[in-house]
Amino acid sequence: MQWLPFWPPDASNTAASIDKIFIGELSLSLVILCFVFGMMIVFGVRYRRNSAADRSNLVKKTWHWELTWTTGSLAVFLALFVWGANMYLWLYEPPRHPDLEIYVVAKQWMWKAEHPGGQREINEVHLPVDKVVRLLLTSEDVIHDFFVPAFRVKHDVLPGQYQTLWFKPTETGRFRLECAQYCGTQHAHMIGDIVVQSQADYARWLSQQGVHKSLAQQGEQLFRSFGCSGCHGANSTVHAPSLTGLYGRVVHLQDGTTTTADERYLRDCILLGASHIQVAGYPPIMPSFAGQIGEDDLMKLVAYIQSLSRQQQASP
Amino acid sequence: MTAIAADLPTSYLTEEHTIASWLLTKDHKRIALLFFASITFFFFIGGIGAMLIRLQLLSPYGLLLQPDMYNRMFTMHGIVMVWFFLIPSIPATLGNFLIPLMIGAHDLAFPRLNLGSWYVFNLSGLFLLYTLFVGGVDTGWTFYTPYSTLFANGHVIGAAVAVFVNGFSSIMTGLNFVVTIHRLRAPGMTWMRLPLFVWAIYAVSIVMLLATPVLAMTLALVALERFMGVGVFDPALGGDPLLFQHMFWFYSHPAVYIMILPAMGVASELIACYARRPVFGYRGMAYAIMGIAVISFFVWAHHMFTAGISVYAAVVFSLMTFFVAVPSAIKVFNWTATLHKGRISFDAPMIYGLGFVGLFTIGGLTGLMLATLPVDVHVHDTYFVIAHFHYIMVGGTVSAFFGGLHFWWPKITGRRYPEMWARGAAILTFLGFNLTFFPQFILGYLGMMRRYYAYPPAFQEWNVLSSAGASILAVAYALPLFYLGWSLLWGERASANPWGATGLEWSTSSPPPKENFARTPVVKAAPYQYNPEDGSFVSQDGVAHA
Repeated sequence: MQWLPFWPPDASNTAASIDKIFIGELSLSLVILCFVFGMMIVFGVRYRRNSAADRSNLVKKTWHWELTWTTGSLAVFLALFVWGANMYLWLYEPPRHPDLEIYVVAKQWMWKAEHPGGQREINEVHLPVDKVVRLLLTSEDVIHDFFVPAFRVKHDVLPGQYQTLWFKPTETGRFRLECAQYCGTQHAHMIGDIVVQSQADYARWLSQQGVHKSLAQQGEQLFRSFGCSGCHGANSTVHAPSLTGLYGRVVHLQDGTTTTADERYLRDCILLGASHIQVAGYPPIMPSFAGQIGEDDLMKLVAYIQSLSRQQQASP
Repeated sequence: MTAIAADLPTSYLTEEHTIASWLLTKDHKRIALLFFASITFFFFIGGIGAMLIRLQLLSPYGLLLQPDMYNRMFTMHGIVMVWFFLIPSIPATLGNFLIPLMIGAHDLAFPRLNLGSWYVFNLSGLFLLYTLFVGGVDTGWTFYTPYSTLFANGHVIGAAVAVFVNGFSSIMTGLNFVVTIHRLRAPGMTWMRLPLFVWAIYAVSIVMLLATPVLAMTLALVALERFMGVGVFDPALGGDPLLFQHMFWFYSHPAVYIMILPAMGVASELIACYARRPVFGYRGMAYAIMGIAVISFFVWAHHMFTAGISVYAAVVFSLMTFFVAVPSAIKVFNWTATLHKGRISFDAPMIYGLGFVGLFTIGGLTGLMLATLPVDVHVHDTYFVIAHFHYIMVGGTVSAFFGGLHFWWPKITGRRYPEMWARGAAILTFLGFNLTFFPQFILGYLGMMRRYYAYPPAFQEWNVLSSAGASILAVAYALPLFYLGWSLLWGERASANPWGATGLEWSTSSPPPKENFARTPVVKAAPYQYNPEDGSFVSQDGVAHA
């Protein structure tokens, strides 16, 4: 669509798809608009007050006309709905195994991003081109919204929970990152850059950040310092669930229900403890860490627990 | 007809002259004028906010207002325009004046409640003005939590109280209309003989009654959390921020229909009268109005497609939103078909009416795009949405409001307005409106966010165009204030039925007597019995006019 004037840059797989449906609706709207305005003009001229046009045989039975445009509109609308709903389910269901996972924490009025290797940046997110990227988003205060116009995707970033968003950048360059949900005085300055680089440049950028410990390794340190390893560690005598291979697995809860151990689940377990989430077969002794662990550290812990499953997948 | 007018010496305007006779009146026509004064005041307050916003956005660097000031400005613009102008605009003025006249009643069912509604409205207006004077509020008109409950530094409670109290005025007026339309229709005024304006006000009244209490609860909970730290919406207190959005939009989406349905009613009256032809598909139009009112309660979460609700919930709400578009589409096609084989004259109200249809169509089509989930993911919270809802609420509702005001001006005041001035204002409204808001669709797709006091310099040209349009629009909206004001004193005297319209309101004198009709009219005909072949018509009281 770049040949069109006034078109935003189109730099991801998601942008191409959304542009397609938008162009489709734009064309359809133009046809309907021309029809309605055309009819109004034609009737307005032909049947102006002083014209001699024939007005006999006024349409008295209108129902078949109305039925025509009711069913017509309904059919067109349903088609648009199906097209859109299908695409949305693809757009808002992140792939299970992305090439890269970035952790993003929003706060008034800045974006903090952490790469799996432990590299941190503020108001910038470096990404490799042609890799499927999955973002894990959370906020430290009010609701923000992570929006990249060149990718045509946005998602609200809520305090107290994780949201996910994914895309695959297809062009290198700098693209605007904006906060789309009003968040206070400097909302207009809660902006940044998405820097999409070739894979070699991205690897070089990562290595130049002077970081020695990956996010998961930092999480492992926290895992010990917060005392998690005392119960969940390999040599622990306490009857607590092992976290190896937990991420992504189905968990059976005491009340008979099941849930998938995704980031939200891990986060809730850490913050709420056994008083809210009681895993079947274990005593309710997990304490609540609410108010003791900040969003940054939580993400590191989650990254560590995720890494326990990924090692396991990689080793056999 | 002239005989009836002759033996009625005084009109509702001249019956009594004391200030108390206005402030303590129970006459729906006088109360309509009181409401008219109140909402005109707020329209220009909100308009000042709009002008400051457009002035600020002339420059990408935010030179005019400081960020905090700008945030307070757009919040004030939103709150004033939504609750203090658009929602009461047509129902409380034209509705109040016309409903009893159109159904052949002597007043609304509860005249004191009607007056009370005006006092409650003004009380809420005082709360709002107080809030503005002590520094305003910066949450946006949507009061999103947890920003509004824990982080905003403005006078959130003041604004919330204003909106809370304002809601009771809505409820009182809505209740009054529902009872009036059910109980006080003149003999022969069956449901299928009601003018479409009455249908529209009836539908709106039901929406007001059912939706507004939810707004009151929501704001009460916001106050509870902000004042006393009761955790409802803030996750830090154990609350859920999305709960607020569900509750807020459960009111505020139907509220959009509170604003647009009366406009649809007005447009139907105007187009039929000036096309001298029965409304195409009257029954379908009435059902479409009721259909929109019912479905409007099941589409609220389409404001939350990117908010983090379940994807399956989003799919259901997208489907419901497409459903609500069907009756809207029916109405557009029926208005267009009403022009077929008509005898069309382009008086100012008709220009406003056709402008309404055009702008509503653009607003509706872009609404379809917003209902389409992935497109909404891109344009949500951008200027695309701003343009869309201004096309509906300003292009649509305000155009229809001005059209209706001109159309019934002779009935309300007994004077004709200057036609050429009015046509000029109507055309200027259409042009100025499009110049203001069309560029905002382009800006939105390019990624310009709403509620930004500064923006990337690449967007400046479109913003300058939009601001230029706003200055034209300001002139178009201010003009009627002058020539309508002029006509009050020097306008030509209006006859009882200057347009040759069929409604019962035209069968009484202009302006009507205090008791509306000398004797209760008997309705003998369906509405809109215009004959385009020779321009004759049969008014609803069964009298044939050449």
